[in-house]
Amino acid sequence: MLVLGPENISAIVLSMKVATAATLLSVPLGFFAAYLLVFSRVPGKILLDGLFNLPLVLPPVVVGYLLLLLLGQSGLGPFLATFDIRVIFTLKGAVIASAVVGFPLLVRSLRIGMEDIDEHYLLAARTLGAGWWDTLLTVILPLSGRALVAGMTLMFARSLGEFGATIILAGNIPGVTQTIPLAIYDYTNTPGGDRMALSLCLVSMVLSFAVLMVSEAMTRSFQKKGRA
Amino acid sequence: MKLQVSVEKRFKNFFLKADFVESGNRTGIFGPSGSGKSTLVYLLAGLMKPDRGGIRLNGHTLFDAEEHLHVPTEKRRIGVVFQQAHLFPHLSVRRNLLYGFRRIPKQDRKIAPEDLINVLALDHLLDRSPNRLSGGERQRVALGRTILACPRLILMDEPLTGLDRKLKFQIIPYLRKVFDAFDIPLMFISHSIQEMRLMTDDVLAFDHGRLLNRMSSEALARQNLMTGSGGYMNLVILSDPRPHNSIYQYRWGQSSLILTEPGQPGENQFELPSREIMLFKRHPEASSARNLLDCTVTDIFPVGNRVGVELACHDQKLICQVVPESVDELGITKGETVVAGIKASAFRKLF
Repeated sequence: MLVLGPENISAIVLSMKVATAATLLSVPLGFFAAYLLVFSRVPGKILLDGLFNLPLVLPPVVVGYLLLLLLGQSGLGPFLATFDIRVIFTLKGAVIASAVVGFPLLVRSLRIGMEDIDEHYLLAARTLGAGWWDTLLTVILPLSGRALVAGMTLMFARSLGEFGATIILAGNIPGVTQTIPLAIYDYTNTPGGDRMALSLCLVSMVLSFAVLMVSEAMTRSFQKKGRA
Repeated sequence: MKLQVSVEKRFKNFFLKADFVESGNRTGIFGPSGSGKSTLVYLLAGLMKPDRGGIRLNGHTLFDAEEHLHVPTEKRRIGVVFQQAHLFPHLSVRRNLLYGFRRIPKQDRKIAPEDLINVLALDHLLDRSPNRLSGGERQRVALGRTILACPRLILMDEPLTGLDRKLKFQIIPYLRKVFDAFDIPLMFISHSIQEMRLMTDDVLAFDHGRLLNRMSSEALARQNLMTGSGGYMNLVILSDPRPHNSIYQYRWGQSSLILTEPGQPGENQFELPSREIMLFKRHPEASSARNLLDCTVTDIFPVGNRVGVELACHDQKLICQVVPESVDELGITKGETVVAGIKASAFRKLF
């Protein structure tokens, strides 16, 4: 039967917190990145695209290790410390790890959505007096709504499952940075932990399924809006 | 309106050079596809930057290459209606219509949305999504949206090209009504001579990126006496049809014409192909043509292997197309009187 102790509940809450924070933080950045890739005429777009997609193809452990070097004592760590910010082995670290690993999924989805927008809509908006920001917010954003929902879903789900980068950057500290996958990893290394591991697996499945359902419902409401 | 244009734009395998001053309120830009018409629209609207030259509208400089001045599209107040309506799919018809209106300062909002909605007959569509409109309705909304932005000039880039004949002639009366009612200068871009005659007074004819000629839209049509399906078309406005046996009698200025086609009370626009008019030296004793009109020849102009004959019948004018031999045999000269025979079925109703 499903048995959840307080430290399991805290792992679930932490997972939700990390995934939510990572996704929400990435939305503005991801939107901007996709805009750059689709609509701007900056040189070196291919390089930019490669850079955004790198975390998708790199092993998460590598991403985590690079982040550790960047944000740790030999990197930006001392500088961040002057602002009293500590990233390594904290929840912030877990959020950053998830955000970096999930970012390409969000950008990809948004990019595909934006590529579907007929450029004439933007031209029409401009001839009607809408400037850059105005066009971005009143034409591009609503027309990429579905892609945004899809991208956020993918990224949220990916963040729920993030393991490799998180364990390196944020560690596996119960109650502080131990999310569901890290807790499951712990249980599988503990004699007699199978039942707990299975319980958390079940929770994980329910959560992921719920995310899919919510996303599907939102996509449908967008479709309806488009047709009504 | 006063539009001064002197621009050059080079592409890989195309070069546009346009140099003109235009002050008419209904101007056509005419030319085959690939003649640079659409490029000109993009340059005027600021969606593309010329390589050289300048653009001024009503004394405001919109572009000046030497001063590095390029007023962005959204500040130019030049409306564009594209070939496809491009209505925002996520907004209702109402919010599409008001998109530009809401973005101009209050003191510049010279047109009341209700008036425009009335003229374009959009009342019943306001809460619909653009996806649920017909092609003609979409184009009407696109026009309304542009007009409500109260532009200083409206560019219509082949707005009727994607529509079938029936739809086209459903929309043209709306276009004419709107431009009459709201007094906005129009530049109408098209490759159709007939659209030019119905929508514009003067025409700038482009080909291969060069301005070839400027003339009245009527002169353009006469120049193309033989081309197009049916050649030159007489556009006649006939009013108040009355049933006359099984056919109809219309008022045509001071005279009247017999037609097979029914029409609406009030004015009806018909077209009459110039080659469907037969000329007789004297009144024929009997003829199957229901209309025999006494006319005076006011002009004769040769085009290719045809001759265009301009006829005056009371207060109306007609162009008739004949071959040179007929002119010689009938002895048609300026000032001569002839009889024009027109079959009742030769007319086609446009709107």
